[in-house]
Amino acid sequence: MSIIEVEGLSKVFGKNTKQALKLLGEGKTKEEILKLTGSTVGVNRASFSVEEGEIFVIMGLSGSGKSTLVRLLNRLIDPTEGKVYIDGENLAAMNKKDLRRVRRTKMSMVFQNFALFPYLTVLDNAAYGLEIQGVDKAERHKKAKESLEMVGLGGYIEQVPSQLSGGMQQRVGLARALANDPEVMLMDEAFSALDPLIRKEMQDELLDLQETMKKTIIFITHDLDEALRIGDKIALMKDGSIVQVGTPEEILVNPANDYVKKFVQDVDRSKVLTAFNIMKRPETINIDKHGPRVALERMKEEGISSIYVTDGKRNLKGYVTADDASVAFKAEVKSLVNILKTDAPTVTKDTLMNAIFEISHNSPVPIPVVEDGKLLGIIVRGAVISALAGQSEVNRNYA
Amino acid sequence: MLNFMENIPELPLASLVSDFTDWISDTFVFLFDPLKNEFADGLESFADVLAAVPPPIVILIVAVLAFFISGKRFGLAAFSLIGLLLVWNQGLWEELMLSFTLVLVASILSIIIGVPIGILMSKSKTAEGIITPILDFMQTMPAFVYLIPAVAFFSIGMVPGIFASLIFATPPTVRFTNLGIRQVSKELVEASEAFGSTGSQKLFKVELPMAKPTIMAGINQTVMLSLSMVVIASMIGAPGLGREVLSSLQRADVGTGFVAGLGIVILAIIIDRFTQSFTGQKRARS
Repeated sequence: MSIIEVEGLSKVFGKNTKQALKLLGEGKTKEEILKLTGSTVGVNRASFSVEEGEIFVIMGLSGSGKSTLVRLLNRLIDPTEGKVYIDGENLAAMNKKDLRRVRRTKMSMVFQNFALFPYLTVLDNAAYGLEIQGVDKAERHKKAKESLEMVGLGGYIEQVPSQLSGGMQQRVGLARALANDPEVMLMDEAFSALDPLIRKEMQDELLDLQETMKKTIIFITHDLDEALRIGDKIALMKDGSIVQVGTPEEILVNPANDYVKKFVQDVDRSKVLTAFNIMKRPETINIDKHGPRVALERMKEEGISSIYVTDGKRNLKGYVTADDASVAFKAEVKSLVNILKTDAPTVTKDTLMNAIFEISHNSPVPIPVVEDGKLLGIIVRGAVISALAGQSEVNRNYA
Repeated sequence: MLNFMENIPELPLASLVSDFTDWISDTFVFLFDPLKNEFADGLESFADVLAAVPPPIVILIVAVLAFFISGKRFGLAAFSLIGLLLVWNQGLWEELMLSFTLVLVASILSIIIGVPIGILMSKSKTAEGIITPILDFMQTMPAFVYLIPAVAFFSIGMVPGIFASLIFATPPTVRFTNLGIRQVSKELVEASEAFGSTGSQKLFKVELPMAKPTIMAGINQTVMLSLSMVVIASMIGAPGLGREVLSSLQRADVGTGFVAGLGIVILAIIIDRFTQSFTGQKRARS
């Protein structure tokens, strides 16, 4: 079930919000509306849903409205129009008391510049969310300590934030968000203020934590690599509108329009495309039916020097080379069993391109893509290189 | 051409203000009378108590406090020791205590009044728009002018002195409180709200602690301004070092005037360093 359901959510900053909304409905652009009404469209009729346990990335350049959008989700900014359902409750129409309850128990937030309280210790910072709920001191310190330990800061609880490095400060921010055990975590450019190495480390850590926590995370970023790396789903924003929502692969492989295409063209595709995207249908022969003669003929037809061998159920048995087949044929051997080679390295359909690149470099034969012992396809070295270069058509019928 | 001004009668502004002041002093007499009697008595006895403590003890306490407050350095402690001994030596101890009482009470009242008004200003644009010009008015009107209604309400003595000082010295606390809260980083306020803080939790757990250094700077200004009222308030009979200055002015007695003035300077420096040290400490921690 979707934990968050956003319907037609809009935010207009300025005075003539009603008129601006009407103009939006007529399909006017952000600039036109600014000229006509003097109001700025922050978010334009965004609709999407987020599944439980998912990392949902909202990505866009600065000014695209992504930070406004995330603030509409916990109503740090009041929406002009639209609905935000969290666990079936419409946040946009809630009174203050209910809103506080939702903020205290269901969602927490991590900020770009950490937003730690400089006059509190790390422990009290992490306990802040519990403190304002009125949890007594011993209990909230216990929970805060647990969440600090989860992010690897168990030994720093008595420090004040200014004594910590940026990465450590953001861990405190993360621990603070985890301490009141929310269902949804909103992370607003949480790693953007960190240097690249620390950022990557934090991304890994977030993914590790997510393995055990299974929170629903809404992650805002302007960094496409980051989005592709951690996102289960990505929503791409431009001028306040959501341009495309999809898995990282969908965004890369099947961009909805030219804007998305342009956005993704510089991306390091090796980190996103998988074996599935570049494999092709294999030529095979059946070990039970065929002998060296058929193998040789097939290879000759296809102009290849080796061929994969399966059984009747497409289970991969190995491969034979043209040389071996021709020797066996001359020796009048009927079966392929004796010349079958099984030393080809295999990959699964989810293996990333950069891993395949390494393997294909050392493999004498095309790489078989295998799932549950069955041969799904093969990857020839040329396909790896052309996919990396972004030139080839890649498979769009993802599972 | 310019004669048209002659056709407009002079507006009775002065008499309006006078009438208004009379009305206030008549209407709120039930409030002013106990203030000028009981409150004045309280102040006198407080000053008496201070003066009754043997000066060496007070001087020693102040010097030791100064030592710790200034981060275990001797500068301020030595200054306090020598300065206060000098005041004592010059026979101005009782006057010093009276002036200190006036400053202390005026400052505390200024803070009690000023901080909440500052908070109100920071929370509401309307309030800010209304209060800011009033503060400008209060600060730019010559301080002597406040003495007149002060006398009308509270006759003469320490109470009207404190009243005049309140009007003159409260604005910095109000302004700095407003500024301090408005300067709290937006993200911190958002963080506080995102975790479900109520308005008062936000104020007391985030905004006021963050604004504390700025508010303390404002309070320091307020204290200094009320100290500067010590001399002016002596014109309406407020006792203390100011009265010494005033009487030596009337007698053209340079020497006595200088000594009393020096007493005020010594008091000012000690109070200033003491209040500033609170600001500084918080800054260092944050």
